[in-house]
Amino acid sequence: MSFIPNTGAERAEMLKAIGVSSVEELFSDIPAHLRIKGLDLPEGISEIEALDAVDSLAERNVQTKKMDWFLGAGAYYGYIPAVVPALAGRGEFLTAYTPYQPEVSQGTLQAIFEYQSMAAKLLGMSVVNASHYDGATALAEAVLMAWKARDNRPRILLPADLHPEYKQVIETYCTSFGIEFVQYEGAPEAASFDEKTAAIVIAYPGFSGEVYPIRKAADRAHEAGALCIVQADPVMCALMKSPGEQGADIVSAEGQSLGNPLNFGGPYLGIMGTTEALVRRMPGRIVGETKDKNGKRGFVLTLSTREQHIRREKAVSNICSNQGLSMLQTCIYLATLGKQGLKEVARQSYDKAHYAAELIDRIEGYRVRNSQFFREFLVETPKPASQIVKTLSRMGIMPGLALSRYYPERTNELLVCVTEMNTRAQIERLAAALKEASK
Amino acid sequence: MAIDKNARYLESHEYAKPSGEYMVFGISDHAQAELGDVVFVELPSVGKTVTKGAIFGTIESVKAASDLYAPISGTVVEVNEAVKNDPSLVNKDCYGTGWLVKVAPSNPSEFQSLLDPAAYGKTIGEE
Amino acid sequence: MNTINMRDEPLVYELSRAGRTGCSLPRSDVPEYAVPGELVREELDLPELDELTLVRHFTRLSQKNFSIDTEFYPLGSCTMKYNPKVNEVAASNPGWKNLHPLVGDENAQGALELMWRLQEGLREVGGFAAASLQPAAGAHGELSGVLMISAALRARGDEGRKKMLIPDSAHGTNPASCTMAGFVTQTIPSGPDGNIDMTALKAALDETVAGIMITNPNTLGLFETNIEEICRLVHEAGGYVYGDGANMNALAGVFKPGSSGIDVMHFNLHKTFSTPHGGGGPGAGMIAANTSLAPYLPGPIVVKDGDAYRLAMPPKSIGRVKAFYGNFGVLVRAYMYLLMMGADGLRGVAENAVLNANYLKSLVEDVYPVPYKRRCMHEFVAKGTVAEGVHTLDIAKRLIDYGFHPPTIYFPLIVQEALMIEPTETESKETLDLYADALRRIAAEAATQPELLHEAPHDAPVARLDEVMAARYPILCYRG
Repeated sequence: MSFIPNTGAERAEMLKAIGVSSVEELFSDIPAHLRIKGLDLPEGISEIEALDAVDSLAERNVQTKKMDWFLGAGAYYGYIPAVVPALAGRGEFLTAYTPYQPEVSQGTLQAIFEYQSMAAKLLGMSVVNASHYDGATALAEAVLMAWKARDNRPRILLPADLHPEYKQVIETYCTSFGIEFVQYEGAPEAASFDEKTAAIVIAYPGFSGEVYPIRKAADRAHEAGALCIVQADPVMCALMKSPGEQGADIVSAEGQSLGNPLNFGGPYLGIMGTTEALVRRMPGRIVGETKDKNGKRGFVLTLSTREQHIRREKAVSNICSNQGLSMLQTCIYLATLGKQGLKEVARQSYDKAHYAAELIDRIEGYRVRNSQFFREFLVETPKPASQIVKTLSRMGIMPGLALSRYYPERTNELLVCVTEMNTRAQIERLAAALKEASK
Repeated sequence: MAIDKNARYLESHEYAKPSGEYMVFGISDHAQAELGDVVFVELPSVGKTVTKGAIFGTIESVKAASDLYAPISGTVVEVNEAVKNDPSLVNKDCYGTGWLVKVAPSNPSEFQSLLDPAAYGKTIGEE
Repeated sequence: MNTINMRDEPLVYELSRAGRTGCSLPRSDVPEYAVPGELVREELDLPELDELTLVRHFTRLSQKNFSIDTEFYPLGSCTMKYNPKVNEVAASNPGWKNLHPLVGDENAQGALELMWRLQEGLREVGGFAAASLQPAAGAHGELSGVLMISAALRARGDEGRKKMLIPDSAHGTNPASCTMAGFVTQTIPSGPDGNIDMTALKAALDETVAGIMITNPNTLGLFETNIEEICRLVHEAGGYVYGDGANMNALAGVFKPGSSGIDVMHFNLHKTFSTPHGGGGPGAGMIAANTSLAPYLPGPIVVKDGDAYRLAMPPKSIGRVKAFYGNFGVLVRAYMYLLMMGADGLRGVAENAVLNANYLKSLVEDVYPVPYKRRCMHEFVAKGTVAEGVHTLDIAKRLIDYGFHPPTIYFPLIVQEALMIEPTETESKETLDLYADALRRIAAEAATQPELLHEAPHDAPVARLDEVMAARYPILCYRG
C-alpha cells in the first residue's frame, strides 16, 4: 500500500518535462557514497495485513473497560460522549494544518477561540492559550514563565505532594537556568516566601488527592512580590472554586479527563491560562477575535510576536504546535456536557470517591490518609500495595496505583481513584476485595 | 521621513529630546514607518534606571518585535500612559503624542554624543 | 469555486439556551457528600446546548476549513500528504484508547512492543544507534536534542561551550530551542548556492562551540551537499551536530542522516509518517542519536528482554520531557504507516515527493523566479515577484479563490517574497498541472488586474482580517 498516484507512464512524462532521464538523477546532489540502495526493513504490506498486526498488539493490553477501574494518578478513565470523536474526527479538522491562513481556517480558529473561552471560564482566568503537549509540560512552561516574569528571582516553591513525573519534567525543562527549587509540605500558605521567591506552585489537588484552598497562599505570594501558579484538576473546578477565583496568576492543567481517551499516556492536553497582565509572557498559540474589511467577525492567531517563528532566540518558548485534536475533543466535550453535565460529572466523582473512602477506611488494616479530597485518595494498606494490586487484578479489579512505583520506600500506600464511570456495586466489590486481600 | 530637529538619535532609531530638565525618548518617523502599525509597547515603570545603549523596552507590530535602546542613561520620571493604551500614537505622531518615556538624565553630556539630525538623516539615506 | 461554508456561524455561547444539555449520565447511586463551604463553586459559565445543535455547529465549523481531505495543500516544510484513513481505525482500537499509562509493563506488552518496533524501524530509517519516542512534537524533539548536547558537554567538563550555530535558513524553533537549553545562538549565512557558507562556518568554529543545528534538505528545499564536511569540521572543533528531520520526506530510503555524521535528530511523525496535523497537532517528535549521545536520550524508552518488553531510562538520560511515554496515539498511526510502506514503499515516497516537486517547479519557474538554480528535493522556493505592486501575500490569497491552499509564504527569511511549495508524493500529476495553471493565471492577473489580487480572497467565509486590531486590542475569550 503506497498512497502514490503516479503511474509509470506519468513518471516518465514528468521526468521528461524536468529534463532528466531517471529519478536517481534527481538525487544527484546527495554524494553518491551516501546514497543507499534500500533499508533493512520488511517490504510493505496491505491494509488488511497491517491492521491485523496492529489490532493483535492492541488485544494484548489490559483495558479499563474490562475491569472495575480505580487507577488514576494523572490519567483518568471518564466517559467520552459519542459526538466528541465523531465530530473531532471529521477530515476537515483532522487534516488541516495550523491556521496560518485565517480565511480558509475559520473552522479551526473559531473552535480554538471557543475552547479558550470555555477553559478560561472553567479555570477562572482571563485567557487560556491554544494548548501545550500535556499537563506536565504546561506546568514546566508556567514555572519558566513565572521565573522570567519576576526578573529571574532564583527560587520556586514546589509542593512535595506533586505528581512525580511532573516534577521530573520541570527539572528537565529548567536544567539550564540555575533555578532553586524549594520543596514545601502541607498547606501552601505555610511555605516560606521571601524576596528571592519568584513563584509558588500549588497542586490543586496534590498527587495524593489532598485539596488545599489557594487564596491565603496566593495572597502571601503577592505580598512577597511572587506569582502564584496552580496545577489544577479541571473537572474538580466545576465543583470547587476555580484557581482564578482564589488569586492564581498562572494555571496549568491536564485536560485529558475532559474528553480525551487514555491512549497509554498521550496525546493529552496541556491547558495553560493566565491573567491579562501576564498574557504577553505566556507561551503557545493564542486566537483572537477581530473583523474583516467588511466588518464581519473572524478569528486569527494573534500576539504572535511572543512566538518562535517571529522572535526566534528571544521567543518566550520554542513551542510551535499545539495539541490541536485533543484540544478540539475537549472543546466539543465541554460544549456537550455544558454547565449541568460537567457539574454532574464532578459531583458524581466526588460523591463516589467519598463513598469509597468511607467504606475502605472502615476495613481493618486500611486507613484513608486524606482530610479533604476530590476523586482520588491515599490509603495505607496492611500488605504491600503492589501485592494487593496483583491480587485484585486477578479478580478483575484494578484498585489503584501502588505508590512504590514512584517511591520504592512507600510500600504500603495505595492511591485510589473513583470517577463517574464507577458504580456503587463496583465500589462495594472493591471494598470487599480489599478486605479479603488483607487476610 | 520627518526628522525632529530638536532631537538627537541612535543608529537603532531611538531619539532623545530635551524637555526642560528632562529628556523624552521615542522612535523616529523612519522607524515607525519600517515597523508598520504598532500594536504594543512595553515600557519601564517610573523610578527604573535606564542605561545608554541598553534595552529599556520593546515595541511590536503584528509580525515584528524590536527592542528599544536607551539613547542616554538616567531615571524614568514619567511613562506615556496614552501610548500604552493607544499604540497607534507612535505611528501618528512619533515626535509628539507618541513619545515613550521621560527620563532624568544621570549624565546630560551623553546627549552630545548622539547623532545630530543631519548625521541621523544620512544613516537612513536622507539628506 | 470553493466548497467552503460561507455562512456565519455563531459561537457556542451564542447558541446556548439555559436548561439544555447534550449528554446524560446514569443517576448517582451513592449518597451525596458536602463540599467544604469555603471551596464551593458558585458560578460556572459553560454553554448549554442540545446534541443536534452541537453536531450542526461543529460540522459547519469544519466546513470552514481547507484541509488535505478537501483541497491541495502544498505548504512548504509541512509535508501535507494524505493521512490514511486506516490509521484512524487502527488508533481507535479500545486496546489503545482504554489503556492506562500506569498499568505496569506486564499489562501493556502490546503497546510496548509497538513502541519498540517503531523505535527500531525509525532508527534504521535514520541510521542511528538508539531512539526515544518521548517528544511530543518537532520542537520538543529539538529541545530534547540540545539538552542532550548540553548534558554530554557537561559530562566531559566542557560546560563552557555555549555557542550553537544556526544557519540563516533555519526554522524559528531552532534558535528558540537553543535558548531554552541555555545556549547562545550564532547565525551562519548561506552561500550563493543555498548551502551553508563554509568560510563563515570555519570562522565560527572556536573553542566555545557546542554544536550546529542543520536542516537537511534545508528550508530552500536543497540538499546540503557539504553535509559530511560540516559534520567533520564541527566534530573536530569539539561540537555536536543536531539534525532537524523536518524534511525527511525527501530522504527516507535514499540517505541515512546518521551515516553523514549527524549525532542526534528528530523525526516529525506528523510529516514524514503521515499522521494527521489536526489543525495544529498533536504531533510526535521522536528523537534518535548515535552512540555518543544515545545514553542521554530522554526516557523512558522501550527495551526488549528476551520476548518481553519493558520501559527503562537510558543510563545518563536528560530525564523526562513529558509525562508518560510520548504521544502514543500518534505513534500507532505512524507504525501502521511504516508497516504498510515498508522498505520499498518509503523509497517510493522519497522518489515521488522529489519527482513531484521538481515537476511542479519546471512548470512555473519561468514565471515565478527560483533564486537557487539547482535541482530541488521535496520542495522548492520561488519568488512572488511577478508584477510591480503585487506581493506574495496577494498571490497566496488569490490561490484560495482557485480552490487551493496557499504555499508557505515569506519563509525562509533569506528569500524576499518567498513562496515555499511542497506538493508531496500523494498528489497526482493532474493536481500539479492544475495548480501550475492557477499560478500562471494569477501571474497574468497580477499584470492586468492587480486589484483582483489585492482584494483576494473573494470566495472565502471572511475577507482579509484586521490583524492589527486583533493584536492591539486583544479579545481572547468570549465576553457575553
